[in-house]
Amino acid sequence: MKLMKSLFAATAIVALAAGAAQGKQLVYCSEASPAHFDPGPLTGGNDFDATSHAIYNRLVEFVPGGTEVAPALAESWEISEDGLEITFKLRPGVKWHTTPYFTPTRDFNAEDVVFSFERQWKEDSVWYNYLEGMTWDYFQGMDMPKYLKEIVAVDDLTVKFVLTEPNAPMIANLAMDFASIVSKEYADKLEADGNLAAFSTQPVGTGPFMFVDYQLDTVIRYQAFADYWDGKQPIDDLVFAITTDPSVRAQRLLAGECDIMPYPAPADIAQLQNDPNLTVMEQEGLNIGYMSYNVTEPPFDNVNVRKALTMAIDKAAIIEAVYQGAGQDAKNLIPPTMWSYNDAIPADEYNPEEAKRLLEEAGVTDLTTDLWAMPVSRPYNPNAQRVAELIQSDWAAVGVNANIVSYEWTEYRERGKQEDRKGPFQIGWTGDNGDPDNFFATLFSCSAIGVSNYSMWCNDEFEALIQEAKTTSDQEKRAELYTKAQEIFKAEEPAMTLAHSRVFMPMKKTVLNYKMSPLGNHSFKGVDIQE
Amino acid sequence: MLNFILRRLALIVPTVIGISLCAFFFVRVLPGDPILAMAGQHGVTPERYEILREQFGYNLPIWQQYLDYLGNVLQGNFGVSLSTKRPVLTEFMALFPATIELALVAMLFAVAVGIPAGIFAAVKRGSWFDQFTMGVALTGYSMPIFWWGLLLIIFFSGYLGWTPVSGRISLTFFLRPITGFMLVDTLLYGNWPAFVSALRHLILPAIVLGTIPLAVIARQTRSAMLEVLGEDYVRTARAKGLSPRRVVNVHALRNALIPVVTTIGLQVGLLLGGAILTETIFSWPGIGKWMIDSISKRDYVVVQSGLLLIALIVMAVNLLVDVLYAVINPRIRVK
Amino acid sequence: MSEIQATPAPVKAEFGAGLREFWHYYSVNRGAVIGLVVFTLLVLIAIFAPLIAPHSPDQQYRDALLVPPMWDAMGDPRFLLGTDPVGRDILSRLIHGARYSLFIGLFVVVGALFVGVILGVLAGYFGGWVDAMIMRVMDIILAFPSLLLALVLVAILGPGLFNAMVAIAIVLQPHFARLVRAAVMAEKNREYVTAAKLSGASHIRLMLITILPNCLGPLIVQATLSFSNAILDAAALGFLGMGAQPPTPEWGTMLASAREFILRAPWVVTFPGLAILITVLAINLIGDGMRDALDPKLKRS
Repeated sequence: MKLMKSLFAATAIVALAAGAAQGKQLVYCSEASPAHFDPGPLTGGNDFDATSHAIYNRLVEFVPGGTEVAPALAESWEISEDGLEITFKLRPGVKWHTTPYFTPTRDFNAEDVVFSFERQWKEDSVWYNYLEGMTWDYFQGMDMPKYLKEIVAVDDLTVKFVLTEPNAPMIANLAMDFASIVSKEYADKLEADGNLAAFSTQPVGTGPFMFVDYQLDTVIRYQAFADYWDGKQPIDDLVFAITTDPSVRAQRLLAGECDIMPYPAPADIAQLQNDPNLTVMEQEGLNIGYMSYNVTEPPFDNVNVRKALTMAIDKAAIIEAVYQGAGQDAKNLIPPTMWSYNDAIPADEYNPEEAKRLLEEAGVTDLTTDLWAMPVSRPYNPNAQRVAELIQSDWAAVGVNANIVSYEWTEYRERGKQEDRKGPFQIGWTGDNGDPDNFFATLFSCSAIGVSNYSMWCNDEFEALIQEAKTTSDQEKRAELYTKAQEIFKAEEPAMTLAHSRVFMPMKKTVLNYKMSPLGNHSFKGVDIQE
Repeated sequence: MLNFILRRLALIVPTVIGISLCAFFFVRVLPGDPILAMAGQHGVTPERYEILREQFGYNLPIWQQYLDYLGNVLQGNFGVSLSTKRPVLTEFMALFPATIELALVAMLFAVAVGIPAGIFAAVKRGSWFDQFTMGVALTGYSMPIFWWGLLLIIFFSGYLGWTPVSGRISLTFFLRPITGFMLVDTLLYGNWPAFVSALRHLILPAIVLGTIPLAVIARQTRSAMLEVLGEDYVRTARAKGLSPRRVVNVHALRNALIPVVTTIGLQVGLLLGGAILTETIFSWPGIGKWMIDSISKRDYVVVQSGLLLIALIVMAVNLLVDVLYAVINPRIRVK
Repeated sequence: MSEIQATPAPVKAEFGAGLREFWHYYSVNRGAVIGLVVFTLLVLIAIFAPLIAPHSPDQQYRDALLVPPMWDAMGDPRFLLGTDPVGRDILSRLIHGARYSLFIGLFVVVGALFVGVILGVLAGYFGGWVDAMIMRVMDIILAFPSLLLALVLVAILGPGLFNAMVAIAIVLQPHFARLVRAAVMAEKNREYVTAAKLSGASHIRLMLITILPNCLGPLIVQATLSFSNAILDAAALGFLGMGAQPPTPEWGTMLASAREFILRAPWVVTFPGLAILITVLAINLIGDGMRDALDPKLKRS
């Protein structure tokens, strides 16, 4: 009986699919399955591609292909004189998705905004813990509980954020994926049904695409939302074909099984570029791969030793062998595309003789140290093991003996942040919101020691500059402070800045209007297919 | 017969308890921290860490954690995946058909090719065909299948473009799973092109996964056949002047196949192990890939319950094979 | 396949004659002889690796990344089989890799044999609850697909060659235990054992000196099979990133770390796989030859 029922349902879907098949379909070979479909607690770039960028909107959003913030669900906003109140005017007439599992009775309003944040914030909300063992990683990570005092729905289309202290990056934070706006009405319905978990498996948003179906680890299907506030999308169906292996993805693209794919293996890029049917877009990544010296551990507490060790590394060779040309030598912590980048800083010099001399001068002979290599491939460093092998051989040339160590990924980071960690530690960072604070303060402020400051580096001068920059709202002034901070960073060398990886996006020539995001997300808003 | 089955079942109970203990304690001693594994690049605050530890019962004494786990499992609750927050059993059921389908087709391929090859090799013992077949079989048996899979992909998908690179069915077909078996579902929908597409997607992975069982079956069939052909009753049949074909088909084959059936049954564990590699190479959405992803993601709950479920299935199949064998071969029952 | 029927024949009185007879039957099998020759060559290569290898396996030629094999138009005569992504000579790495593979095989077989024989003899000889306990534990190990169990064990112990070998030995050992147990149970009531018992032989003497040598045949065959299984499993673990860690020139690890180059530089993937295949094939040929030579049933025909 049940079988018959599903057969009928299925036939209906086939009919539907047959109708839709005449529409335009875009197939995206994505790199991993999303954990689920509620962007609030999610953390991975692949999670956000499948949720916030397809299904949801935020009050403000990053412009396609940039890090500037533009109006989205909020039409405009105002910051009070003292910087403590931000008032958003909401866009009227924004429709929620109508799906087989939910029919909205009202448009988007201020209630939804308040709910979207309070569920991540107020521990007494049933939604604060609606999935077993969930954490609101980004909400916490961006220090929202510290900066938010309250969120008030002034009227249906006005929302006021009251802050505890001025915070320059706040608007950019609200453009981040965790700040996606979800439907209060849908949440209430699920709460009444006692089916809270469905919030993460059957999403309802205001975004350009509606969720249709997800087959675990295989395929996600979306359909263009006809009543989207910014107009219906040019394509009718969006399909995420989950393909975890980068070489397999490349082959699927070459075989025409998908139209566009992210993160090609560096080794495959040349072949993809040479294919007449494909274009490979590329862009500087908003990331940094680096190696932290523990500045509290002798002999790495001596700045000259740190400089000498950096000088002994042939970064160009690493970038060629590991990044395969998909990387760019990093002389600063932040990538060149970010505002406040200090281009006056000279690039690191490769000079083994000088390095050897400096080491001898510092009385460092017969140094044996651990050299940490991440067990996983990250966008900012595709193969830390291979980097370690190259550094090992470079250091051997100046008389430094390195043992490569590695642990399971969570274990690796845990051990890395211990203040008594021995040996230089490879790590990296991908920017969350395009603000320099997200690099400098997150990675090298004094309060980040034991969290994400893997160098245990706490420099008074540097700290003063970045703290001042955080509370200043004038961007020009901030840029000046960060420029200065980069000089101190280079002079102190708490870490060897290795590379910013370039990001490639191969696609068929028939894919039109795709814009690469410097933040590393993949949005198909506005993308068309040539027929 | 019932007696035999009961005796086997009694033997299984301690093994099942042992398996659950193993699965549970293996995961407890895995390095890393399940709570931290759940958190993203920003980590968790110490307060939240404590709350989560309590929520998951990691603060309880270990034996109590085990008993709680066992109690839950007996009620069909295998826990919730740390990364997707979905019940492990739901995920397992969603992915298991893909593995079964792959394994069954691989086995079908192995049997369909292996048994005839083995028979011919035995009948024409010492001929070039025999030598060639056995050479190929031994090579297949020695094959690192992860490498073999890569070679086949390069050649058939990359170079010739005959087979799809990855996936279970072309993305132009949108069929909601009924049974989860793609070949069956497409037929239930009566969608012939979809069936063909599903079949085309299955071919390479099935060949890769079926390679070692094929080699084993061909070799086993040949030696079983040789043994039977040497038996008195076959010689008698031959001496009676029956045609060689009749001797092989009627007399020898039936008896030779008994050990082969057992061999096939014993390949189940091997197939599931091979599925880990095959699924990884072909990005096949089955439980092998699910397990290895979960191990590297440190999704402790999935690893623990996945191990348990897989071991239970292997045990169940082995039991089934034993019973089947006892049915075919009554001698085994009195032991 | 890995289950060998335990049909032991009592040992021949004179060892030398037995060996000669064994070789007589063994050398009839052409494949087995070829296998032995290849295997001997591999052993020699492994022993003399530093002398044979044209380069050091760790030497990085930064000016020669991913150079194709010599016969390719783009090849470099310095590197017969080309170089890997950091400019190391593949041939030299393969030659040194032979050491790892053979060592893995040896270590695993010795480990599994040692533990398996002890457990099997104990279970078979004493029977009763000792037998029940040991065999249930073996059942548990065998209930998990071996590669999966090895993967989990390595995840627990930490990725690395040594841990991978330990994990594989644990996973392979029940086969020995079962085999020995069956053989011991078959032997222990034979006249010669009873005779030894009556003449006052101790348990240990009975188990190790009197009974064990009589199950040597199937054990040797099982050991050969385990040798090749160990190499394959270690390579599979290496391929999944859980075995030997780079830059160790272990073949599976070489394959795994070069997998991304499968389209652009197929040789870095092809040769390590070929090396694994040839080695395992040679050992399996030897195993087949040994089984035929030791199996009295086949000798008749």
